[in-house]
Amino acid sequence: MLNSTRSGNFISIEGVSKTFPTRKGNVLALSQIDLGIKPGEFVSIVGPSGCGKSTLLMILAGLIPSSGGVVHVNGRDITAPSADIGIVFQRDVLLEWRTALENIVLQAEIRKMDKKAATERAMQLLDMVGLKGFENAFPHELSGGMRQRVSICRALLHEPPLVVMDEPFGALDALTRDQLQLDLLKMWQKSGMTVVFITHSISEAVFLSDRVVVMSPRPGRIEEIIDIDLPRPRRLSMRETPKFAGYAHQVTSIFKTLGVLREGDDE
Amino acid sequence: MSAADMSSFKPASAIRLRVPYALLTLIALLIVWQVAVMVARLPDYLLPSPATIITSLYDLSGLLVYHTWITLVEVVLGFIVAFLVAVPLATLICYSKLFERSVYPLIVGSQTIPKVAIAPLLLAAFGYGLVPKVTIVALMAFFPMVINTVVGLRSVSQEMIYLSQSMGASPMQQFFRFRMPGALPSMFAGMKMASVLAVIGAIVAEFVGSNNGLGYVITVAGSNFRMDQQFAAIVVLSALGTVIFWIIGLIERRALPWHKPTQDGGH
Ligand SMILES: Nc1ncnc2c1ncn2[C@@H]1O[C@H](COP(=O)(O)OP(=O)(O)OP(=O)(O)O)[C@@H](O)[C@H]1O
Ligand SMILES: [Mg+2]
Repeated sequence: MLNSTRSGNFISIEGVSKTFPTRKGNVLALSQIDLGIKPGEFVSIVGPSGCGKSTLLMILAGLIPSSGGVVHVNGRDITAPSADIGIVFQRDVLLEWRTALENIVLQAEIRKMDKKAATERAMQLLDMVGLKGFENAFPHELSGGMRQRVSICRALLHEPPLVVMDEPFGALDALTRDQLQLDLLKMWQKSGMTVVFITHSISEAVFLSDRVVVMSPRPGRIEEIIDIDLPRPRRLSMRETPKFAGYAHQVTSIFKTLGVLREGDDE
Repeated sequence: MSAADMSSFKPASAIRLRVPYALLTLIALLIVWQVAVMVARLPDYLLPSPATIITSLYDLSGLLVYHTWITLVEVVLGFIVAFLVAVPLATLICYSKLFERSVYPLIVGSQTIPKVAIAPLLLAAFGYGLVPKVTIVALMAFFPMVINTVVGLRSVSQEMIYLSQSMGASPMQQFFRFRMPGALPSMFAGMKMASVLAVIGAIVAEFVGSNNGLGYVITVAGSNFRMDQQFAAIVVLSALGTVIFWIIGLIERRALPWHKPTQDGGH
């Protein structure tokens, strides 16, 4: 279904770095990032605030240029904003003047896809994230969690081969968060898309992912990549297993070694 | 006793009753005015009583309708001219660094020039016709429109631009689908301010040189010591301003059903 690059990777990030020029001189946000992601993989990136996670994601989407290195997605060099992608931002970025449904269908309007088919799919997606009946609500009539769900539907409408998500559940309560994690996994499994998922939460990363990329504080480097060998489909109860705890502990210890965590608890 | 009743009102009902309260206050003020004039036996050429003013309003109604129409035409034409210049200019300022650096400071700086002071110049240049009046109205209305449109167009978030790029939106789509709609609340706020200034502009122009319009009526009545007629014209004038303001508000509510009323700064 998907083209792969020479190494069998869907995404290959090679030697990517990024410096931001600021008034106080250059800020090195990312340094020498190497990462390969296979087609259909679910990869999470965890790291302390300000370590360059969002920056890496924006470079991956072609929205900001890197200062060095190359990024290939699906065999193509990323040098301009990529359209074969769905993005969920840290904030939901809904268009306040469009209803939930119109916000999702916007994706199809801009891409000149068939409007009727898009509307049907949008309704299905809304149903999947538990927003049936809210299609005609304006964003200001929705809660934070509902808004973020709409923005997830929007990112998935055109069935992109790659979906990148920047702490999409960061601002949500624990219960909504659990539900959306499950919904997301369900949609991921159905579609075969590749997901790059940024989070602050170690347990969220372990729960969702095939691999967890652990980043160091700024300048962001990849400290370690951990394979998560838990069975699919994931169940909430898996979070109580010793294996799960082991992975979470592994990530936590890395942060302790890096001095990011000074004796904390899981999460 | 009634104060105690009022304090037990819920906020919602207090808001719903705001208009009758304002009306009651107005009526109370008029009664005080009427009584004061009668008790002090003030002559009409010093301060006419509300009753006298209402009588004059009735006597002059035909004349006032004609002059109100003249002023209304000036206001509407000037407003439209200002809009047609302000919106494209604001768009240019938003998109072009050159325009922002060269034209924007001049527009802001020009606001220190009192329009009243240039009204005689314009009248000298364009004569007594419609053109100088429309020009003055446009000059008054122009500034809040430009500023608010610029502010509105700039209020689009970086993520929103990123989103449009990842959808592959053309620059036109980016402007009309993402930027412009978000600017509308601010633009309407600007238009409301502009409508008030437009009426002031028309009156100033008519003061300086005119043989019709409400400003002319006020001038002539003043020179004849007909304070009652002057007040009658002022009543009509403020009604005109209020109605224009209200119509813009009505269009705003119709055009922006998505806009939270609480965000409506109430300019
Ligand atoms: N446009 C910019 N100009 C200058 N510096 C920037 C810019 N964008 C990001 N940075 C800097 O780059 C670093 C990485 O930022 P980034 O937003 O990628 O962090 P992050 O890992 O996503 O953090 P968080 O988890 O808090 O969202 C930060 O130190 C930030 O100050
Ligand atoms: Mg971030």
